[in-house]
Amino acid sequence: MAVLEQQGRGAQTPNTVAYWFDRLHPATWLLILFLLFVPAFASEFIQNQIFAWAFILGIIALSLMFLAGYGGMVSLVQMSVAGLAGYMLAILGTSAITDISLGWPWWLAAPVAILIAIVFGTISGALAVRTEGIYTIMITLAIASAFFYFTRQNYAIFNGFTGFNGVLPPVFLGVDWGHPTAFYYLSLGIATLCYLAVAYVARSPFGLALQGVRDNPRRMAALGFNVTAHRIAAYAFAALLAAIGGILLVWQNTQISPDSNGIPWVINILVIAVVGGLGRPIGPFIGALIFVVLSIFALDVLVAIGLAGERFKLLIGLGFLLIVFFSPDGVLGLWDRWRSRWRRRETTDLAGQGGED
Amino acid sequence: MRRFIQRNPLWALVILVAVVIFLWMIFAIWPEWLEKLMGDSNKRTFVNAILNGITQGALYFLVASGFTLIFGLMRNVNLAHGSLYLLGGYIGFEISDATGSWYLSFLVAFIAIGLIGIALQIVVFRRMEGQELRQTMVTIGISIVLADIILWIWGGDFYQIWAPDWLSGPVTTPFISGIRSSGEVVYIKYPSVRALILLAAIVIGIGMWLALNRTRIGMLVRAGVDDRDMLAATGVRVQLVFVAVFAFGAGLAGLAGVVGGTFQSLQPGEDTRILLASLIVVIVGGMGSIPGAALGALLIGLAEQLGSVYVPTYSVVLTFLIMVLVLAFRPQGLLGR
Repeated sequence: MAVLEQQGRGAQTPNTVAYWFDRLHPATWLLILFLLFVPAFASEFIQNQIFAWAFILGIIALSLMFLAGYGGMVSLVQMSVAGLAGYMLAILGTSAITDISLGWPWWLAAPVAILIAIVFGTISGALAVRTEGIYTIMITLAIASAFFYFTRQNYAIFNGFTGFNGVLPPVFLGVDWGHPTAFYYLSLGIATLCYLAVAYVARSPFGLALQGVRDNPRRMAALGFNVTAHRIAAYAFAALLAAIGGILLVWQNTQISPDSNGIPWVINILVIAVVGGLGRPIGPFIGALIFVVLSIFALDVLVAIGLAGERFKLLIGLGFLLIVFFSPDGVLGLWDRWRSRWRRRETTDLAGQGGED
Repeated sequence: MRRFIQRNPLWALVILVAVVIFLWMIFAIWPEWLEKLMGDSNKRTFVNAILNGITQGALYFLVASGFTLIFGLMRNVNLAHGSLYLLGGYIGFEISDATGSWYLSFLVAFIAIGLIGIALQIVVFRRMEGQELRQTMVTIGISIVLADIILWIWGGDFYQIWAPDWLSGPVTTPFISGIRSSGEVVYIKYPSVRALILLAAIVIGIGMWLALNRTRIGMLVRAGVDDRDMLAATGVRVQLVFVAVFAFGAGLAGLAGVVGGTFQSLQPGEDTRILLASLIVVIVGGMGSIPGAALGALLIGLAEQLGSVYVPTYSVVLTFLIMVLVLAFRPQGLLGR
């Protein structure tokens, strides 16, 4: 939390370009440069199937990180919110299933789809906040599973088992956003916006109040904050993020089916967020990158060490167990601990007494 | 009950009327207008759906009672419960396949899964006592790993456990489906396996109730549900109680796996289906309450089966609606505290 408070204080000062240039860590600049120039050296497969996919999963996991990290509510409904947004885009917009799709233009279909998904996410949140703590995970899991079975069962609206295919990314500003490089920049840009939005909201009065609610709801209530309203608002904001991720996901795959928001994916989003770390908004993206790289290359690695390639899920599960066992705050937590140990050693080497850490 | 009637006379009347109509629908011979009203289906469909719902509820009860017991005592939302169910089913299948004994498969599944439960409690959950969220995450990890190991060993095929021969036929229920023109009364028939399972679930349920309310162990468990720390402070070796309850709850899940494998089937994906059903059952009935699990299981089982007969593409919504209504008006569950 110390990091967060430091950032919070920093935000109070005027933010000129020069100031921001100074304030960002050189490593951050390197990362930005690297991400901007990925298409220059990486193949289209890597741009689309690794980076763009990781950004999108990162956005959805980010919405879970926001709820869990700042609100203390582990919601498993985020993948369903994303799925509903994707479904609504396919239903309202264009797809290969012309009987059901209404064929609205994308600039109308996408916002309406996001809006519907936000309503769904907010209502789920309103249900979930009626109980506390560990119950949240159960209720949201139940909602998510009900949504999955409903989409699989219902043919009138959701086209049942097959779902929708042929949901193509739009062409505007003269760019075909379905092209791997264009889509890479689109998802990079939106992921950055989502990241900044979460970082900003976390430091806003609302975000600080939410963190207060997480740490001590009774005290916040005594201070005059409406605890329930803050929690539901957090769900609404998280639903916005998840819905955006869902839209991108359906554009990337050009199709959506019940399996896209099935229980395995609901759990995968949790795995991504937890493995990355629930402490800071960068965590989910790290988790997503690890997940994506593992899911694509695990097959080769497993075959190389003499195991069947299908055991990828076992690997993911064991990795998740190890993380939960030994570092509940994810990879970020490992990094923080390693860094503080390194720093401590450095300060003792210099015989300094400044133990601020 | 008298107090309930005195307090809510209107609701009592509504419930009474509903019960009378329901009993009449089960026992009377349906007139034509009623068949038309129920979407051109006859009484046999209706009674069968009710019976199937109750049997389904019995299965859900077997799984959910272990789940709710573990939660009530240890505050551990065991999301690997569905995997234990499926594993128990497969172990039961192997045993009945190898020895040909259906009864032995129950015993072995119960003991094997109970042992796994003991191992989980001692090796995993004892280390992170009090960290509810972390425990839950660990159970998710375990369920992922178990699901993949099960897939590894048994593959993606369907498995069915065969019940002994004397259970293969139907039994005649006392419900009349109609009267032939010859004046002969036709009774509705029902598979005897399911009837036996229903009976067994009722016996287990009553047994659990008695064990919880009439024995010393039950007293310890109830005290633990109410206040774990006080129980420990009175000198009870609370960890032993935990291990016993975890073993019993897990064992029940394994037992239920054999039941499910007998009258439904075993395949990958059943673990999540059962887990979710028991989640909803427990949310509806009330966390940590055995009678609540029974009531919730009955409601959800009935809603599922009636829904799949009368509103096929929306039956999930029916189940979900029950959960939403309960959460909206009684967040602690119907019989929860």
